[in-house]
Amino acid sequence: MNGKRVFLCQKTVKDGGRYEMTGKNRENYNKNYIAYVHSFDPPTQHFKNCFRAFIVGGGICCVGQFLREMFEKAVGLQGDELAAAVSIVLIFMGTLLTGLGVYDRIGRYAGAGSIVPITGFSNSVASPAIEFKTEGYVYGMAAKMFIVAGPIIVYGVLSATLVGLLYLFL
Amino acid sequence: MFEPYISILGNFAKAFAVGGLICMIAQIVINYTDLTAGKILVLFMLSGVVLQGLGLYQYLVDFGGAGATVPISGFGYLLANGAMKGAQKGFFGAVTGALSAASAGISAAVIFSFLMALIFKSKSKKN
Repeated sequence: MNGKRVFLCQKTVKDGGRYEMTGKNRENYNKNYIAYVHSFDPPTQHFKNCFRAFIVGGGICCVGQFLREMFEKAVGLQGDELAAAVSIVLIFMGTLLTGLGVYDRIGRYAGAGSIVPITGFSNSVASPAIEFKTEGYVYGMAAKMFIVAGPIIVYGVLSATLVGLLYLFL
Repeated sequence: MFEPYISILGNFAKAFAVGGLICMIAQIVINYTDLTAGKILVLFMLSGVVLQGLGLYQYLVDFGGAGATVPISGFGYLLANGAMKGAQKGFFGAVTGALSAASAGISAAVIFSFLMALIFKSKSKKN
């Protein structure tokens, strides 16, 4: 943009209210327009974002580690049961915080630090379930529940089954 | 006499570092590519499946504990690990192994989300 924020384009109304660009071809126009819009963006604060994601993501994993130690030492769970118990408790906490509206605030602060842990997965299930309840319990809540988690399960099952079959035949 | 406490603290530090690093990588990817949350989740889950398929993610889990299993790549690890364990029993196990390993997580997400949707109303309109 050469430091300029000024963008000139001419618009003429033709054919019953349809906008048409004059003077420039459409490709150039779109490119200029996108550059113009981005010139108003606040600069991305890479370091700050990464630091926050690190702290919050690490913190959630520490909660997971605490649950892991606790279930191992106090309840005596092992292996798969231990992993399942930890993820169930974390998923419960994720859905509860989503319901209370706290998780959105954490998400605004932490970015990827709140998306990538398993609590972010449960947030992506609970959030549309709560939001689309008004559209009914079948096509609203139940159908929209997997709007983000669906692709994860689809590609997870596809890729993991592929891995399993490769492992079987190789 | 303080040795067990020190080892537990060390586990926490390792979990914090590994989990934080995975989230930081995700944040860097978001910063430079503008991918949405759903695509980030799919990408990291797939990377967990591929890494475990190559047998590498197990090392990260052994080192980082919850730091490696709590992020979504740990979910991919769980799926791939289940499929590989199932494959040892035969073809049927290879197909059923993935989802049976992840069933606790998926069932918990569905059940708790349903309960929360019954209890809470959407907050977005109040803002």
